[in-house]
Amino acid sequence: MKPRPVGARRDHRDRRERTLRIALPIIVLAVGLTIWELAVRIGGIPPYVLPSPDLIVQTLISDWGLLSRSLLVTLTTTVEGFLLAAAGGVGLAVLFNQSRLVEYSLYPYAVILQVTPIVAIAPLLLVYLPQYAAVLVCAWIVAFFPVLANTTLGLNSVDRNLADLFSLYGASRGQVLRHLKLPSALPYILGGLRIAGGLSLIGAVVAEIAAGSAGAGSGLAYRIVESGYRLNIPRMFAALLLLSLAGIVIFYFLSLVSHLALRRWHESALAAER
Amino acid sequence: MPPATASRPAPLVALRDVGKDFPNGTRALAGLNFEVRQGEFVSLLGPSGCGKSTALRIVAGLSELTEGVIEWSQAGPAAGGGSRIGFVFQEPTLMPWATVFDNVLLPLKLKGATGDEAAKRVAAVLDRVGLQAFAASYPRELSGGMRMRVSIARALVTEPQLLLMDEPFAALDEITRFSLNDDLLRMWQALHTTIIFVTHSVFESVYLSSRIAVMAPRPGRIFTELAIDAPYPRDGNFRLSAEYAVFCRLTSEALIEATAAGGAP
Repeated sequence: MKPRPVGARRDHRDRRERTLRIALPIIVLAVGLTIWELAVRIGGIPPYVLPSPDLIVQTLISDWGLLSRSLLVTLTTTVEGFLLAAAGGVGLAVLFNQSRLVEYSLYPYAVILQVTPIVAIAPLLLVYLPQYAAVLVCAWIVAFFPVLANTTLGLNSVDRNLADLFSLYGASRGQVLRHLKLPSALPYILGGLRIAGGLSLIGAVVAEIAAGSAGAGSGLAYRIVESGYRLNIPRMFAALLLLSLAGIVIFYFLSLVSHLALRRWHESALAAER
Repeated sequence: MPPATASRPAPLVALRDVGKDFPNGTRALAGLNFEVRQGEFVSLLGPSGCGKSTALRIVAGLSELTEGVIEWSQAGPAAGGGSRIGFVFQEPTLMPWATVFDNVLLPLKLKGATGDEAAKRVAAVLDRVGLQAFAASYPRELSGGMRMRVSIARALVTEPQLLLMDEPFAALDEITRFSLNDDLLRMWQALHTTIIFVTHSVFESVYLSSRIAVMAPRPGRIFTELAIDAPYPRDGNFRLSAEYAVFCRLTSEALIEATAAGGAP
């Protein structure tokens, strides 16, 4: 056999690894869909029990006008809830970090807000707030806590020697926060935001479902409830597919942002080079 | 002050009967008396746990003393609000998210100095430690020795009157340590600064210092002081000289006595 340089062999192995990571899930998907499609066709299962993948895609295309409008509504709520959660979580964590009194006063309530199931809070919010605001508040409540918790952890994980250095040079509290604590916390904040992205979608969906049963709303989750009442199972699946895709896009978008922000210096974002 | 020392310059900083108790009851320092004069290179040498680093942190103002006083000369670093002190930690202690340039700029930035003047000073000090080509690099892209050079550059950028170094080269390999030792001596002479250098290496302290204060542990105090009156500049030849060997033997003996004089661990 012809000897090859070690580097080339490793490149080759890396490429194979990458191909497998992309190809294998696709193969699993294809096999799963084929079995599903065949089971529906051969078993003669009616579409109001289980629609075939083929029919779901057809429904997605034929109902696109309706579904895309609903998708936009849900995504808008999700993004707004996420942005408010990001600002609220980071802001509150900074406030807690600067003032112990504020932290002692408010932290227990942040925990209570987090541990009370959002499904149980949503109907109450709908009583007091206009529907749009209630959905937004739900998305915010679910998403802000991981940002708060992660940012708090990050702000407290400052290198002690660096903190000493800042105090040696007489840095003000603002300078310590801006030049030391926030940059130290950045990887933690980005980790929290990645969780919050998915959670704000969940919050929006929960609130829409609660609102939908009250007879209002036009987001994707409402479409699912509505289609369920009408036994339009293919449309339920189509809406579910869109929700799932939205979640995936949000997750990967935030992962990309995190990677770009950290790639020059943080261990988590560095290519494994040994 | 006794007449014998009256003709010598007043100490830049003097620790008088300094004691330090930690909140957990550990007596780190007791009756520590120690002076440093302008332009000296003094090493604090002692076994681990003898309070060398604690003494250094007290001088830096990073740690409170529980008894005794620190006296600064009129023109000393304390007059400048502590801005005339540089500190180099055992670890490079760089901000991983900032470039070499921004790391070295930090002390100036915290003083509100930015712009061309500050940039020029950073460039000059990076040049002095031989890292001008790495200004845009991030700390993780550098070797351990280069990171320590950045750390030294950062301490020097404010042109400190007093440079405090806490076992800065302990984690480096011998070749890198020797080369940093030489660079440090060159910079000390060129900048006419004063250095207090904490180490547990006899050989390093003899090579660098004009004076060695040997500390005894439990509680930490100065056991004895040795003047290393070999002339500067010193280089690799000094390491090989008989004179160096004699100083090393004397210092080693003092260190062994000091360690034995300490209480039970």
